[in-house]
Amino acid sequence: MANLTHLTIKQALDGLKKKEFTASQLVEEHIKASEAARHLNCYITETFDAARAEAKESDKRYAAGKPLPLDGIPIAMKDLYCTEGVQTTAASNILKGFKPPYESTVSAQLKRDGTISLGKANLDEFAMGSSNTTSAYGNVINPWKRKGDNKDLVPGGSSGGSAAAVAARIAMGATGTDTGGSIRQPAAFCGITGIKPTYGRCSRFGIIAFASSLDQAGPFGKDVEDCALLLKSMAGWDPKDSTCVNLPVPDYAAALGQSAKGLRVGIPKEYRVEGTSPEIIALWEKAAAMLKDAGAEIVDVSLPHTKYALHAYYVVAPAECSSNLARYDGVRFGARVEGDNLIDTYENTREKGFGREVRRRILIGTYVLSAGYYDAYYNKARKVRKLIWNDFIEAYKKCDVLLTPTAPTAAFAIGENQSDPVTMYLNDVFTIPASMAGMPGMSVPVGLSSDGLPLGIQLIGQPFKEETLFRAAHALEQAAKFTAVPQNIVGKAA
Amino acid sequence: MSIDKNTVSRIAKLARIKVPEEDKETLARELSNILKMIEELNAVNTDGVEPLTSVVQMQMHAREDKVTDGGIPEKILANAPEQTAGFFVVPKVVE
Repeated sequence: MANLTHLTIKQALDGLKKKEFTASQLVEEHIKASEAARHLNCYITETFDAARAEAKESDKRYAAGKPLPLDGIPIAMKDLYCTEGVQTTAASNILKGFKPPYESTVSAQLKRDGTISLGKANLDEFAMGSSNTTSAYGNVINPWKRKGDNKDLVPGGSSGGSAAAVAARIAMGATGTDTGGSIRQPAAFCGITGIKPTYGRCSRFGIIAFASSLDQAGPFGKDVEDCALLLKSMAGWDPKDSTCVNLPVPDYAAALGQSAKGLRVGIPKEYRVEGTSPEIIALWEKAAAMLKDAGAEIVDVSLPHTKYALHAYYVVAPAECSSNLARYDGVRFGARVEGDNLIDTYENTREKGFGREVRRRILIGTYVLSAGYYDAYYNKARKVRKLIWNDFIEAYKKCDVLLTPTAPTAAFAIGENQSDPVTMYLNDVFTIPASMAGMPGMSVPVGLSSDGLPLGIQLIGQPFKEETLFRAAHALEQAAKFTAVPQNIVGKAA
Repeated sequence: MSIDKNTVSRIAKLARIKVPEEDKETLARELSNILKMIEELNAVNTDGVEPLTSVVQMQMHAREDKVTDGGIPEKILANAPEQTAGFFVVPKVVE
């Protein structure tokens, strides 16, 4: 039997249907790999026993010839999704021990389709971070290493545990959430594929809120097709989320394999940002050439307010965060730190319960929303957000998708970029504009840096046109032929 | 504009987060840096621009006005740090 952890989801489903192996075997192999990779710290809570029991049920369905669409596929669930009866922490001390009495819509849909969760994946606390170093449950280690250097690298963030788990071949796919780049940037850092669909495509119900006008669920996979299969299961209207859109969910995988002929790919000139690694700029140009060779038309476009997206984001996101995180007061759930009176209890609970970055963002958010500053900061940022949105709509008159780098550098070492919060924020300079405009974005691994680390290229699509995005991403994937895997992962491919 | 120690104390109070005295200086500096970055927005001309509230250009749906959930006080209380007789318990607020 070939090494099951190296199969794609599509390959695994084929193998299960042909009875080449069972769901129990598939799950067991991934549990073994997970145990051997515990030093990566991908999971906050492992749910191996539940996974084994679910695999047995899956085996029965295969035996009866009635498998579900993703039956028996072991995945990692970002620990921001509420899972009924299973500890959900958002990587924060303030939610230690919290067992939600309900299931998030997206995780429920993945369950409905037969996927099996191996555990709750580590992340930056409340999804605030770009390196998975703000988790109260320890850093996640990227399975990749620089050539000739054993230093631990970050997996990116905030969905670092999810991305590292897929890259390390300990889960076949994973869920993430993306507020300013939290799926795309870790996908790039870990050499895998990840998509943030259009805002409103997936339900946010039961996903612990960070910035509600930006948060969106999405999947990680080894390749574009796996992302398409997972997104089909995750997407769809949900009356429990008033911003979730009632549109039919297309068969995304069906869009793959269509040629890129006639596809108009826009290259935004404002994405030549200072400080971007020259290797990444070169790879970006190479990716454009690949798509051109595949029949796409390359057009130059301009998104003039790109430069200000990061600034507007760091008003809007902290503002929404300060308001969303007001619910953590040590009364209804989570940890409480007693004080002399009720106010004192609130203040102690929130000081001890939240980590440094979360407290910083709550304070900035509180400041920009406070009396006298609301117009100068918050309303100003929302006006700039409108201009950013207009830029995309204008650009899409000339092209179907945009091609940009995903992140300005490859994965960096733990501790780097941490001298000042603003330095860390620059990591999301290429992903934030699409977030601010609600556009779908996807990162595809396209090459390796000179020191052997994966580099990703981002495609940004039009609202609710994920099919076109998948089509472009698949064409890029076919041309890039990225097959590298981390050097030290358990059970190399045959 | 830069944020000083007093402003840190004021917003920390508003946010109900205790900030130890020795942390205020560092926090004031970090928050000022973030604010300095944010203030680059002032270079953008936004005269006559409507603020963007939602990126979804659709009418929100209204659901039927009826009870769809409830009757699960034990489940609601299960995660509370302290509870008694079907209530959340907090420190005394009325003497």
